[in-house]
Amino acid sequence: MTVIDETPAAAQAVETGKVSSHLHPEPGYDLALHPVPTGREEIWRFTPLKRLQGLLDDQASDAHLSWTTQLPAGVTLTPISGEEARELGEFLPFDRLAALAVAHAGGAMLLDIPAEAELDEPVRIDLEGTGLDQVVWGQVIVRVGRFARATVVIEHRGQARYSHATTVLVGDGAQLDLVTLNDWSDDSVHAGQVGIRVGRDARVRASEFTIGGDLVRTSTNVEYAGPGGDAELLGLYFVDAGQHIEHRLFVDHTAPKTKSNVTYKGALQGEGARAVWIGNVLIRKVAEGIETYEENRNLVLTDGCQADSVPNLEIETGEIEGAGHASAIGRFDDEQLFYLRSRGIEESEARRLVVHGFFNDLIRRVGVPELEERLRAVVEAELERHVLTDGQA
Amino acid sequence: MSTLEIKDLHVSVTTEDGPKEILKGVTLTIKDGETHAIMGPNGSGKSTLAYSIAGHPKYEVTGGSVTLDGEDVLAMSVDERARAGLFLAMQYPVEVPGVSVANFLRTAKTAIDGEAPKLRTWVKDVNTALGANGLDASFSQRSVNEGFSGGEKKRHEIAQLNLLQPKVAVLDETDSGLDIDALKVVSEGVNTFAQGGDKGVLLITHYTRILRYIKPDFVHVFVAGKVAESGGAELAEQLEAEGYDKYVAAAR
Ligand SMILES: Nc1ncnc2c1ncn2[C@@H]1O[C@H](COP(=O)(O)OP(=O)(O)OP(=O)(O)O)[C@@H](O)[C@H]1O
Ligand SMILES: [Mg+2]
Repeated sequence: MTVIDETPAAAQAVETGKVSSHLHPEPGYDLALHPVPTGREEIWRFTPLKRLQGLLDDQASDAHLSWTTQLPAGVTLTPISGEEARELGEFLPFDRLAALAVAHAGGAMLLDIPAEAELDEPVRIDLEGTGLDQVVWGQVIVRVGRFARATVVIEHRGQARYSHATTVLVGDGAQLDLVTLNDWSDDSVHAGQVGIRVGRDARVRASEFTIGGDLVRTSTNVEYAGPGGDAELLGLYFVDAGQHIEHRLFVDHTAPKTKSNVTYKGALQGEGARAVWIGNVLIRKVAEGIETYEENRNLVLTDGCQADSVPNLEIETGEIEGAGHASAIGRFDDEQLFYLRSRGIEESEARRLVVHGFFNDLIRRVGVPELEERLRAVVEAELERHVLTDGQA
Repeated sequence: MSTLEIKDLHVSVTTEDGPKEILKGVTLTIKDGETHAIMGPNGSGKSTLAYSIAGHPKYEVTGGSVTLDGEDVLAMSVDERARAGLFLAMQYPVEVPGVSVANFLRTAKTAIDGEAPKLRTWVKDVNTALGANGLDASFSQRSVNEGFSGGEKKRHEIAQLNLLQPKVAVLDETDSGLDIDALKVVSEGVNTFAQGGDKGVLLITHYTRILRYIKPDFVHVFVAGKVAESGGAELAEQLEAEGYDKYVAAAR
């Protein structure tokens, strides 16, 4: 099959039998568990710590993003205490960023979708940053009741230094589409831990689009509260000159007969554009009969870009249905460009078609029709913004 | 009026052991209204000739000339050649994931004509061209060549030929991988094109089978990177009976 980026990734997959997970340090609230990193730690080695602009500093702040919400009938959004968030079963902080966010957020926002709710309209949460003066700490819980069916769209924009810990609890048999758009100003920094617990026979499709920000580092952790859960994690990113975009994923198959499918695709353009993708999958001893597949593809549009792509599969049981991964970093496929151009299509237009094509199947899989058009426009705008037209490969 | 003129064309490819000459002086003139068949054994350089005319970056022209109505084709970029009126139906059409056939065809047609096709008639034109080549309308929503069978890819090439209406079409083994029904359908498409007036066809093939459906005015035997012999349709019959052995031996 022809794919745009057949070139094997520089970083090769590590397939190991049994690893005491150095990749996943002990999570917890206590800051002592999460000392200030040196940058050499496995979970930090790709992140330019200086550009985190204070998100690793233990400093109080009562600044907030500005929230605009659209809540369909029956859906509520209420502030709760940190203690209540713990009682609801929020994910423990996996790293210092999340630990600080929880420590300083001063309570969480709880988005509650009641059991058996069938939402026809998406829940919309627009979060706007209003400046860089103060760090914003955030703590969010999304609770989807059993057998509910919902779409939640969270958009991040504006200017901010923002770090949050978000937990998504998907009840038994529920179906959730969660779409997050990270479209910050060029000087913003954003760190986020998103923990998703998938209930028995529940289905989650979490799509993440990262476009803007000087540095964005998100860590998405998935675990299963019971058998039969299905998680699809999709990501699309566009990295411009000087940007650092890092997506870290950890799917922990904690229950039998569960599924995970991870697909992240990104394009890089401009000097110093840097993409990092870490895809960790742990298949625990109990997790018999699971299926997992993860894939990351990077399309490098110009010189001066760097992409790191590190899939990791840790398997503790032999009884699995299927497990696989693919990772690729490549440039334009010359044969595709030749084919299009041999039909009279100019080089710049041919490149544009190929990039749209690269992202199209992913955009289609997001499954929120009203967003598809927007997302295509986002890709188009990114292509416009930069010089695909100058003919460099 | 259109004439594709190939004169003493020399082409090399880069290999691990340095450049390797594949075409060793090809001379051919295709005038409008003419269909030329090029027949030759595997590896004789037929595809190299086709790709070199289209401007594939892998092939380096080291000597000779190619002109279309006197214009220097070799000085043109790949897309300029197509806009000047050249079309290559490829032996192995390329898959372009995520780009729909409909979008691809509209973009190509717009590029070739210099203006967008009329919305009112275009969809019908596309469906007619696909349908005439045995592809139903659902193909226009699929990604270009992705998951197409070998035969479907070839049909898609000829559908493009019918829609884009170039001056000269180079068909590289369009017949290979087609069953007899598909061969008839595709030949029909080529004949429709060729009878459109002012059209030249360079039909590259391995077998004489397709020449039962597409009547060549000239047949060229292609061996070891050049034309070994030229003649009329009767030459194809002779090749059918005798094979290439005589020419291959002579080229050694
Ligand atoms: N990169 C390369 N390195 C070495 N040899 C090459 C390279 N590319 C092409 N060739 C050789 O050039 C010759 C001509 O190839 P070409 O594809 O033009 O042949 P063809 O006549 O179209 O054959 P077929 O009938 O199999 O399609 C072959 O011997 C091929 O191996
Ligand atoms: Mg060939």
